[in-house]
Amino acid sequence: MGKTLAEKILSDKSGGDAKAGDIVIAEVDLAFVQDTTGPLTVRLYRSSGMGKLANAKRTVLFIDHAAPSPNVNLSNDHILLRDFSRQSGCILSEAGDGVCHQIVAEAYARPGDVVVGADSHTVTAGGLGAFATGMGSSDVAVAFGLGRTWLRVPETFKIEVTGDLQKGISAKDLILHLIGQIGADGATYKALEFHGDTIEKMSMAGRFTIANMAVEAGAKAGLFASDEVTHEYLKAEGRGNDFKALAADADAVYEKVNKINAAELEPTVSKPHTVDNTASAKDLKGTKIQQVVIGTCTNGRLEDLATAAGIIKGKKRNPSVRLIVAPASRRVLLDAIEAGYIRDFVEAGAIILPPGCGPCLGLHQGALGDGESCLSTANRNFEGRMGNPRSFIYLGSPATAAASALTGEITDPREVL
Amino acid sequence: MLKGKAHKFRDGISTDHIIPGRYAHLRSNLPELARHVLEDADPNFATKVKHGDFVVGGSNFGLGSSREHAPLVIKMAGVSAILAKSVARIFFRNAINLGLPVLICDTDKINDGDELEVDLAAGTVKDLTNGSTLTFGKIPDVMLKILNEGGLIPYIQKHGDFRL
Repeated sequence: MGKTLAEKILSDKSGGDAKAGDIVIAEVDLAFVQDTTGPLTVRLYRSSGMGKLANAKRTVLFIDHAAPSPNVNLSNDHILLRDFSRQSGCILSEAGDGVCHQIVAEAYARPGDVVVGADSHTVTAGGLGAFATGMGSSDVAVAFGLGRTWLRVPETFKIEVTGDLQKGISAKDLILHLIGQIGADGATYKALEFHGDTIEKMSMAGRFTIANMAVEAGAKAGLFASDEVTHEYLKAEGRGNDFKALAADADAVYEKVNKINAAELEPTVSKPHTVDNTASAKDLKGTKIQQVVIGTCTNGRLEDLATAAGIIKGKKRNPSVRLIVAPASRRVLLDAIEAGYIRDFVEAGAIILPPGCGPCLGLHQGALGDGESCLSTANRNFEGRMGNPRSFIYLGSPATAAASALTGEITDPREVL
Repeated sequence: MLKGKAHKFRDGISTDHIIPGRYAHLRSNLPELARHVLEDADPNFATKVKHGDFVVGGSNFGLGSSREHAPLVIKMAGVSAILAKSVARIFFRNAINLGLPVLICDTDKINDGDELEVDLAAGTVKDLTNGSTLTFGKIPDVMLKILNEGGLIPYIQKHGDFRL
């Protein structure tokens, strides 16, 4: 009987024959925290008496959620992380370097790795064929110390996507559509595995966007085969040696198969206050917004900024909209400067934030006022998510966000293309 | 045997309802953070919850972030167990890792304010207000071993490694 990607990776990392439903103890190739989960992890780690880190060079602390720090308390949390990095020898990613998931993709995760992070969007690294999953501070503290974690091998849903995405439609629309279809708990405890010619042709940026949001359907991992597209990506990041080809067996057993015709997808938007509350952008025409956010671990990559800049270039934001752009990493920012996208955004009236999580989780850099609405390229629109339970968050693609920034209301990007 | 009052919440209570990101600056000041527990779902919860009470959710309780602070502030409020129809994966692991039981049962049968008696060993929830008895799903063995030690860090302190 063949194996799914999750079963293959977890067999390899547990030294056994891992099948869906089994409990395994797996070797952890990369463990990380960020600045809102890291301080608790460090305190738990110190209290545990585990001593030395199992693998300091594969342990990373990211300062990205509050970067740079908006207040004294968080500045002190950052000091705690810097001190721990110095004492333990682990890697510190400083404020301004970028969002953890983007840097994990650029610099650390490898096909076939097991990655655990104290952040739910750790699933992003599934885009390059790593079994990557979010955990809390206790679990990651133990992974820091032992270099191992326990996992229940998940059953897998095969998501088969065929056909060409039409102009103005992207990976974001695909994943929002899927979550709308199966629900915010439609894949709880499961792995999602993406297949089909649409996926084979898709860029790494698109694969990361989809993997990133697997958790919004409750999934434990969102997995893609590691193929030539993955190889080219790793080579471009200067780590072609990290490549290994990886695919599920043809006779792997899936709990469920979902088929999506990419050619039929529409620009899709999640309405407040749940990600599975989806509608097509054109049906939301007339919905006024006061803020647009382009960026985050979901859609802050160069390809996303290129799409948005292509729509905005030479035009002005609607005067009633604050347009916020946050590149996902320093590398993305530099490339976007080089390509002229940052100039396009600034000339259109945008606010450019430093690489990081920006306003996504309501900590700083763009909290919403009472009754305000925002169209964001992020992954979550829960009540209160962007700093105010009396505000409204819509989620969409970079193209939908850019088009909406021009009109001041939710807009199908095909209207302005 | 756990005994206390039910505090009922709707389906889809997210970690942002439990402890929103706007309080991230209080995560190193847990007593202050805990004053905001479940604030966006019920602004009065922190003042009315009593030691031993139960948080009773609907489906997909705890969806969203990996922040362990979410089950931590619920535990700090004195809650002895969370009951829900279903629970999000990361939240489930986090709660057990802190020694806070999460019990899956048909919470539609429980009303806000009901007096409950939970027998962890027998797997039953007795609703003393309406006289009904519910059974809850078995906590997976591996998690039960962690829960029985009071959480993951105490488990590792005792065993030094996974003995699952």
